[in-house]
Amino acid sequence: MTDPARREPGRALADFLRATEIDARLVGMLVALALIWVGVDLLSGGAFLTPRNLWNLSVQTASVAVMAAGMVLVIVARHIDLSVGSILGVVGMIMGVVQSEFLPRFLGYEHGLTWLLALAVGLAAGAAIGLLQGAIVAYLGVPAFIVTLGGLLVWRGCAWWITSGRTVAPMDEAFRRMGGGIEGSIGASWTWAVAALAFAAIAWRTLASRRRRARVGFALRPVWAEFTVAGLACAGVLAVVLVANSYDLPPRVAERIAEAKGIAVPPGGLSIAHGLAVPVLIAVAIGILVTFLATRTRFGRYVFALGGNPEATELSGVDTRRVTVRVFVLMGTLCAVSAAISTARLNAATNSQGTLDELYVIAAAVIGGTSLSGGLGTVAGAMLGALVMQSLQSGMVLMGLDTPLQNIVVGIVLVVAVWLDRLYRTRTLRGGAT
Amino acid sequence: MARKSIAALLCAATLGAAGATVGTAAQAQVIGVSWSNFQEERWKTDEAAIKAAVAAGGGTYVSADAQSSPAKQLTDIESLIARGAKAIIVLAQDANAIRPAIEKALNEGIPVIGYDRLIENKDVLYITFDNKEVGRIQAREVFKVKPEGNYTFIKGSSTDPNADFLYAGQREVLEGAIKDGKVKVVGDAYTDGWLPANAQRNMEQFLTANRNKVDAVVASNDGTAGGAIAALAAQGLAGQVPVSGQDGDQAALNRIALGTQTVSVWKDARLLGRTAGEQAIAMAKGTKLAALQGTRTWSDGPRKVPMTSIFLTPVPITKDNLDVVIGAGWVSKDVVCRGVKPGTAKVCN
Repeated sequence: MTDPARREPGRALADFLRATEIDARLVGMLVALALIWVGVDLLSGGAFLTPRNLWNLSVQTASVAVMAAGMVLVIVARHIDLSVGSILGVVGMIMGVVQSEFLPRFLGYEHGLTWLLALAVGLAAGAAIGLLQGAIVAYLGVPAFIVTLGGLLVWRGCAWWITSGRTVAPMDEAFRRMGGGIEGSIGASWTWAVAALAFAAIAWRTLASRRRRARVGFALRPVWAEFTVAGLACAGVLAVVLVANSYDLPPRVAERIAEAKGIAVPPGGLSIAHGLAVPVLIAVAIGILVTFLATRTRFGRYVFALGGNPEATELSGVDTRRVTVRVFVLMGTLCAVSAAISTARLNAATNSQGTLDELYVIAAAVIGGTSLSGGLGTVAGAMLGALVMQSLQSGMVLMGLDTPLQNIVVGIVLVVAVWLDRLYRTRTLRGGAT
Repeated sequence: MARKSIAALLCAATLGAAGATVGTAAQAQVIGVSWSNFQEERWKTDEAAIKAAVAAGGGTYVSADAQSSPAKQLTDIESLIARGAKAIIVLAQDANAIRPAIEKALNEGIPVIGYDRLIENKDVLYITFDNKEVGRIQAREVFKVKPEGNYTFIKGSSTDPNADFLYAGQREVLEGAIKDGKVKVVGDAYTDGWLPANAQRNMEQFLTANRNKVDAVVASNDGTAGGAIAALAAQGLAGQVPVSGQDGDQAALNRIALGTQTVSVWKDARLLGRTAGEQAIAMAKGTKLAALQGTRTWSDGPRKVPMTSIFLTPVPITKDNLDVVIGAGWVSKDVVCRGVKPGTAKVCN
């Protein structure tokens, strides 16, 4: 992993990035995101940069972000998955039917195990769909574009077919927590607990990576750089926590909770914070997990090798077909996670759920710097890409722009983002040549 | 031996039955139906109703499904003519694209019924539920609950002309109150593809932009209503803000019983199907367009062609008359009353 910024001589920023080993592309995306946020905030009269909107934004992003994490690996392995939206639809439908029509026959409504069983069935279904598609791609040699294009139609058809197009609602109460909302947020104290865990993890990671480098004799980062990186990460976590904890529950709900717990409502009104939303925690956990898979496991290295040079990878004895199948199984499973989030959030399973999501997921991955020619891409980038897309979309609703205009803007941003990425890449490559 | 005679008997019976079918078909009126897309759940209900009405009138039902393709529908209609249809009911996928086939049928003296979707030709009978009236009912029911305050409109898909008919009806009812300043429109957006998830996002943004000061939601169907209600629930407002819908979706009827949705305008597909079947039989027997019962002239289509039309009145379903849909066999009581606390909805007691 060479730092592309290394070849930009004589610039303070480049030096800083080199010393801290922060990915310049990631910085670029954060700057773009900041620009969008500030711009939309100004244009919408200050409604965007409020804890409430940012909290909503995080929940709205979660479902696409989870799938984008998997899409990175699919694209890195030189494949594509056009069926993710349809898989989300059919798995959501399966989970909906299992929890509100099948299980209640045996367990009754609102049984404690319902959500877990429904989720398990959904994950299994998602994985099975991925296994099937992956096996067709890997062992029958049908291009992924075609297999998943077929899947787009097949799974959407199945979603319709399961209940003949009928919407299934409402969902199990415990299940609904996965979708955010009042019940689906963890409250202020748990949010601080998560933050403490994050701080600890950042400190541990900094120390562990330093020790590992020392052991194998790699160059160490300067101590100030270590502190800066860890500090920035902690500041990021802190900012998120503060935002989540300053978004209060609606007063009436707070009063209801206070009543139920027997707390007297103070005269100035009660303030109970939402805290982080469950779907956001799920998305972050998935992001960390998939990043770990991609960068720290043999499977991940094979995926990147496969995307970089399939022939060489195969010749060096890697079972590339197996790797391909696994990538698709992972993608299918993540679609199931997204299905749980969006079904829970809508409190209904509809046969149209996830329509066009494949485009948003692929766009998020590509905006996040995943190269469609394979071999390059990061999970964090893709998830940020999802956040960028969602920021634009919800921002434009706040500004009162109607759908056609929203689509035009999102389309343009997609193309411009990839063009900028390309400019950046060719420049760093040329820098390397001189 | 015994087995053989039973087989012979069965054989004779089958032949007899087949002979009888052929025999009546020769005299009966053949009614052809061209469906646009049978993949949607609701048309199954319509088909059953048309079939029953045609059979009751002594006719024979033949049909074709265009699978969303206007090109296929064009040939479908021609083949229905070839199969001897004496009247044709058309659910148009694209009314303009199938114009030649419609004209061909009319030229051969075969009456055509535009079913649910407008086919703008003065010789076609147009049977539909009044979509503008649906919009009016939605607004009226919401207005009954909240006669003043901040209103948001969750419209349908911008590519569906019905979405605009609905909206026109909604605005018509509220126009007076908007002018008086009693009703303020604080949000108004199309829902791309009628997707509930898009409606939810739009509603969330409306709530954010207005700091939750939204008093009423006029949503155009039950799917978008579901999305809007999910957004309201996240702010603890579900059940306090009236929300409209339409279609009589099972989930929506349950929400009405629970009190989170105010109204679902129900268009009984069986009534639509039955009316079309009965009119088709009448026209096949030679009744002229002008002589049909219960029609009126309507010329509010895009081309302002005066059409002979039958507009069926949709029924608003609220907490007070949920028994109507249950009694009609549209939905079971268990589905409607799931999770409803005893004593909160009359129908569930």
